[in-house]
Amino acid sequence: MAELTGAQMVMESLVREGTEHVFGIPGGANLPLYDAIPQYYPKVRHYLVKHEQCAAHAADAYARVSGKVGVCFATSGPGATNIVTGIANAWMDSVPLVCITGAVISALIGRDGFQEADITGITIPITKHNYLVLDVAEIPKVIREAFHIASTGRPGPVLVDIPRDVFQQKAEFVWPEKVELKGYRPRLYPDPAEVAKAAELIAEAKRPVILSGHGIIISQAYDEIRELAEKANIPVITTLLGISGFPGTHPLYMGMPGMHGMYWNNIAIHESDLLIAAGMRFDDRITGRLKDFAPNAKIIHMEIDPAEIGKNVRPTATLQGDVRNSLRELNKHVQHVERPDWFARIEGLRRDHPSITIRETADVLPQYVIQKLYEVTGGDCYVVTGVGQHQMWAAQFFWYDKPNSFVTSGGLGTMGFEVPAAMGVQAAKPGELVWSVCGDGGFQMTMQELATIAEYEWPIKFAIINNNSLGMVRQWQQLFYSNNIVATPMRNPDFVKLAEAFGVLGLRATCKEEVEPVIRQAMEHDGPVVCDFQVKGDENCYPMVPPGASLGETVDLPTYEDERVEVTA
Amino acid sequence: MSQRDKIQPHTIIALVEDRPGVLNRIVSKWRQRGFNIESLAVGHSETAGLSRMTFVVDANTDAEQVVKQVDKLVDVVNIRDISTEEIVSREMAMIKVRVDAGNRSHIIEIADLFRASIVDVSSESVILEVTGDEAKVDALFELLSDYTVIELVRTGRVAMLRGSAVSHPRDEDEEPERFQGFEPPYSVK
Repeated sequence: MAELTGAQMVMESLVREGTEHVFGIPGGANLPLYDAIPQYYPKVRHYLVKHEQCAAHAADAYARVSGKVGVCFATSGPGATNIVTGIANAWMDSVPLVCITGAVISALIGRDGFQEADITGITIPITKHNYLVLDVAEIPKVIREAFHIASTGRPGPVLVDIPRDVFQQKAEFVWPEKVELKGYRPRLYPDPAEVAKAAELIAEAKRPVILSGHGIIISQAYDEIRELAEKANIPVITTLLGISGFPGTHPLYMGMPGMHGMYWNNIAIHESDLLIAAGMRFDDRITGRLKDFAPNAKIIHMEIDPAEIGKNVRPTATLQGDVRNSLRELNKHVQHVERPDWFARIEGLRRDHPSITIRETADVLPQYVIQKLYEVTGGDCYVVTGVGQHQMWAAQFFWYDKPNSFVTSGGLGTMGFEVPAAMGVQAAKPGELVWSVCGDGGFQMTMQELATIAEYEWPIKFAIINNNSLGMVRQWQQLFYSNNIVATPMRNPDFVKLAEAFGVLGLRATCKEEVEPVIRQAMEHDGPVVCDFQVKGDENCYPMVPPGASLGETVDLPTYEDERVEVTA
Repeated sequence: MSQRDKIQPHTIIALVEDRPGVLNRIVSKWRQRGFNIESLAVGHSETAGLSRMTFVVDANTDAEQVVKQVDKLVDVVNIRDISTEEIVSREMAMIKVRVDAGNRSHIIEIADLFRASIVDVSSESVILEVTGDEAKVDALFELLSDYTVIELVRTGRVAMLRGSAVSHPRDEDEEPERFQGFEPPYSVK
């Protein structure tokens, strides 16, 4: 092969790895890379975003729904530091991401050159691995390794930092036949003895529940988790990131557990004698007070990452490996067991504590908006959310039958994720309907991307659950900081006019009657739409496990009159 | 050395790629959990391109989880906590002591007792070299405190399993599979 520049090598390597879409922003240090982009069009399409954080989030969401590795470009210094939040988000949610940053020329590295930041140093704790490439001939090997590391085992972000002069140097392009990394061999198959032990635990269990996590979606174990649930007759609870890994309308589906999970789930976990955890990591938002978590339960932990096993809970049986492999093995050994008492108990909890009933009121309740969204779309769409109350309501009041159709920032809890993530989802799924459920706070963190959305004509529908406040933070102030409301009420801009300024259709609903027509009008419109749903401002998110409490102390639904608070903008 | 009474030191050995930044990656994990590194020794291993490290880490809590996290690092071929295993561990120290005609022979006598060697002599000082476990080095230092110790330097612990056992057996696991993508395997109603 002829000699290529470093920049061409990067692009050639991306093509070989099957990359079709890249999000990024050019700058001084990665200009040679951008110089090479037109040669590789249309094999690789580049989308210019308006802030590098959004390039990383868009690539992250793209990876989640496409099943490919997400790729983003940023320049040195501020470009690179701007993607740090996006990398941390992908790190916490195990998303395969390759970030290619330009660095100052090799001679300036470590000398505080203009727009220099030690991005490999900065991202050590939030990447699976990172590279600073100083030899142009190594680029194909590094990119190949980066994709391999990002996408295998427990997926995660990898950063490749390339100085401007290395992009410009030339060398022969040598694509490595295979990746050889002595220190990286993820274990994918569980120990048969542990599988047998797990099957025995399931056969003996009187009150088992399945905790289905993000791992089910990452390893596409939809059929396998369903087979386990149906074969062994066990109710299924999905974690926030596990939502849409198990059909939302399935009779065995129970919804989400944890801080804002269903009351019946938290009590069921608390009373359970066996937790079957599949591809989840016992996050503190799920366990509540750890020492009182599921006090009577033995635990089967199916998990690919050895460092997650025994981190928060001590499992009785450990199936370390790809959760799909583990489930396939386990399913061979499980049998149907009738559990009438256990299902009757759960039924009773659901009847006595109907966590997600929407009360009758003339106000526009945020829950009502989500419910209408579900009714109108029939669930046949992708739902992207930011972080906060709206996120919890989107998790509680929408039933996800479509596999992997719920895209949210879980581990890091990144407000503002909803706007760029919707771009990534739409780029990956051009013909599909994408609804981005936004908080009014989060939307304003990344709303500059409306310009990008208008430019690329992505027909994303934004539903701003507008309560004129940072709702979840305000809820905590009300409940845990003596109702001292500080820096959470907001005077928002006119979102309709704002949308129009970006060349996007803006719609508004101020009363209940307008909610459904606005949703329908948004869906009938060809292009992107911003819907401003002006909801009841002081509505709070329940059920709730107070911070530091155990799941057994879940507060189902308080009487609203008790906690009504005036929120003034 | 009073800290030792309170905190459990863990002896952890690692086989790592000989590349810039490896130490940084590993230490970053200890730092995140607030573990203090009491000693650290790094050098080439028997295999070209791989280095062997011995850490002694003060871990108030269980070090297991951090060891697992370090093991996940791509540059770390293998790591293990050998605190509870049968090991041989040694460190080397050099101690520079002020001497005069009157006490030189006393110092040499002490050195002989500890099988330490005198590796440098000047009219006003000697340098003792001693090898052994930390307790032996501590004991020698203690004895010499009756004199004027100008400087003490210690290599930190290096450790190895007793017998013919290999410290870092190569993990010949199955080849990793590629990330397959998320196409829905069952139809949407």
